[in-house]
Amino acid sequence: MSSRTLAGTSEPLLRVEDLHVEFHTEDGVVHAVDGITYQVLPGGTLGIVGESGSGKTVSSLTTMGLTRPQGAHISGRILFEGRDLVTLSDAEMRKIRGNDIAMVFQDPLSSLHPFYKVGAQLIEAVRAHNDVSKSTARERAVDLLGLVGIPDPARRIDDYPHEFSGGMRQRAMIAMALANEPKLLIADEPTTALDVTVQAQILALMERLQRELGMAIVIITHDLGVVAELADDIAVMYAGRIVETTSAERLFESPQHPYTWGLLKSIPSLEGSRERELVPIPGSPPSLISRPRGCHFHPRCAYVQPEHKVVDPHLEQVPGEPDHHVACLLSPEERRGLWHALQEGRTPHEAIETVGLQEGGA
Amino acid sequence: MSALVEVRDLVKHFPLTRGIVLQRRFGEVKAVDGVSFDIERGETLGIVGETGCGKSTTARLIMRLLESTSGSIKYEGRDITRVKGAELKAIRRDMQMIFQDPYSSLNPRKTVGSIISEPFIIHRVESDKAARKLAVQELMETVGLNPEHYNRFPHEFSGGQRQRIGVARALALKPKLLIADEPVSALDVSIQAQVLNLLRDLQRRFGLTVVFIAHDLSVVRHMCDRVAVMYLGKVVELGGGDALYGAPQHPYTGALLAAVPVPDPARHHTERRLLTGDVPSPANPPKACRFHTRCPKAQERCSVEEPLLRVPEGGRTEVACHFPLTEGELAQMGVRSAG
Ligand SMILES: Nc1ncnc2c1ncn2[C@@H]1O[C@H](COP(=O)(O)OP(=O)(O)OP(=O)(O)O)[C@@H](O)[C@H]1O
Ligand SMILES: Nc1ncnc2c1ncn2[C@@H]1O[C@H](COP(=O)(O)OP(=O)(O)O)[C@@H](O)[C@H]1O
Ligand code: SF4
Ligand SMILES: [Mg+2]
Ligand SMILES: [Mg+2]
Repeated sequence: MSSRTLAGTSEPLLRVEDLHVEFHTEDGVVHAVDGITYQVLPGGTLGIVGESGSGKTVSSLTTMGLTRPQGAHISGRILFEGRDLVTLSDAEMRKIRGNDIAMVFQDPLSSLHPFYKVGAQLIEAVRAHNDVSKSTARERAVDLLGLVGIPDPARRIDDYPHEFSGGMRQRAMIAMALANEPKLLIADEPTTALDVTVQAQILALMERLQRELGMAIVIITHDLGVVAELADDIAVMYAGRIVETTSAERLFESPQHPYTWGLLKSIPSLEGSRERELVPIPGSPPSLISRPRGCHFHPRCAYVQPEHKVVDPHLEQVPGEPDHHVACLLSPEERRGLWHALQEGRTPHEAIETVGLQEGGA
Repeated sequence: MSALVEVRDLVKHFPLTRGIVLQRRFGEVKAVDGVSFDIERGETLGIVGETGCGKSTTARLIMRLLESTSGSIKYEGRDITRVKGAELKAIRRDMQMIFQDPYSSLNPRKTVGSIISEPFIIHRVESDKAARKLAVQELMETVGLNPEHYNRFPHEFSGGQRQRIGVARALALKPKLLIADEPVSALDVSIQAQVLNLLRDLQRRFGLTVVFIAHDLSVVRHMCDRVAVMYLGKVVELGGGDALYGAPQHPYTGALLAAVPVPDPARHHTERRLLTGDVPSPANPPKACRFHTRCPKAQERCSVEEPLLRVPEGGRTEVACHFPLTEGELAQMGVRSAG
């Protein structure tokens, strides 16, 4: 088996340990990231999925040292090649950012400066970490644009961002991130704003570059299809926590957390029967300022039991699966029975009956 | 009985102008460029295609929110392409629209109650205040909102709930046709499923005719009886969902389907043939078959002679292509839902 998210035998490239990120606002403390642990092996791909506001972007920006200027309160460790990034000075962080670790941001328009030519921005990215002449940097920039599949790169390098299509801008962003051949690429929703044919091109590009350059990737997305295609391992986030993590295969074969089930049952399939009903997760995600007591998911969970409203579950290993962890208070047998029933097309209500649980924890 | 709506050779060109004082025309965006289809009573017709292919423009033309450049739209057998005044108002009552963005399509300064009452006031129905409030609260209940939240403002609701407000407003006058333009694109998957279930439920309960526009092919598959695929202002393929998804005939439809990432890691790593390049500009679309610049099957004929939408021999959908996909090619492209 390949890389594992919580612990493993080989030396991880990145290891995030019990990371907390809080923002102190007028309305109260936002617990954006609430004690997450994961690791990425050299050359491996971790997918982080979860709904809007679950802390995916904040956790990655923190790895890049980019939540510091926003006044974030950070605790825990972010070990990159053994060094704890949390303790580095801003100057040391700048040396790593864009060099060893690079990021493709959620909104490509906000990260390409509209007033400067694409080429000028690429050249700057190259020269930020390499003492090379302008003309050498320009050659490298043309190569990079070619590498990410922009046709006629020597000419297009003098275009402004608005002269690029959405897909080309996203490619340019990836080119910029690759400028210094990073060991780790963090891609935050790199294809969310794109059409499906362009998305397929970008995903194929990322896979190819990973093969050729051997870099590790953390891909953040809300699209389970995208992580299934790209990731070795997946972490599912809910309300600032990782609620389940395992290999991509195991997550889809044997998901353990009711929230993961909810996500899987919420997506219509391209094939199969149109008659299959979607089973949405009721309600909406909680405020990260005043989170529910007990299991943060309990107000939306169909399988909640009385103790789930007071006891806060922690990530625990799924029996018999060393690389599979879940934060849910149901017993492994109950979870197996519930997922089995859901798979057979039962409603959550019916599934509860088949395993002999009480509904609503009443 | 005739179809509820018949669209024929519909065209919308937007002028491209330069200059601020003296606006000179220097070209036009061919947003919709000759589309024909029927909307059958009680069906859900899907329109899919990439950004800018003309989906929203088609919807707005049918709703008469835009004037067409040419072509015709019949509603219940009547030509409504140029109707005005009271007649237009009557049609607007029968056709309602739900928009993509649940944030910007609701007036932030109005209460939910008054937003949902708007259509009653505009069309002067339920003029009694108490009766109107009751009607609105019933609508709120229908779409799964708490009627007690009548006096709340849009910002107090989540994205999915705001979309429900839009649905309630659209249903107020019991429309015959509901056009939903990317109604779930801005929502998280779990919330998206709530809204999709609501729309499907309402469609069944009230026998609504629905035009469902989206760029997510799985969502359209789930929601629609028939599907039209658009590319650069044209319908390139049109047919029943099973046929179109199971055995697409247009190379563009095939490419779209092959590009969808599948939430099943066991399937991953099938080498897929990807489309290259970007969609050309609708201001200057390729001649003849508009897809020929990106089509893996293009021959000389494709850049000379425009293919017309028709059912080829042995085909199950209408397709505008000189060289429809063969079964072998479908398998090769990795289209997964053959059958
Ligand atoms: N600078 C900040 N100050 C206060 N709160 C913040 C700040 N940045 C983020 N947050 C909050 O932290 C939480 C997590 O945000 P984050 O951007 O990580 O979500 P996400 O999972 O990336 O969501 P999306 O899918 O919408 O991108 C949210 O509640 C957000 O409002
Ligand atoms: N009011 C307008 N003025 C000029 N061009 C427009 C206008 N509305 C749409 N367009 C153009 O028409 C084309 C089709 O747009 P649209 O129907 O919105 O596409 P879709 O909904 O499929 O994304 C696009 O190129 C778009 O930029
Ligand atoms: S711990 Fe309980 S409430 Fe939380 S997800 Fe599991 S079953 Fe639901
Ligand atoms: Mg984000
Ligand atoms: Mg649109």
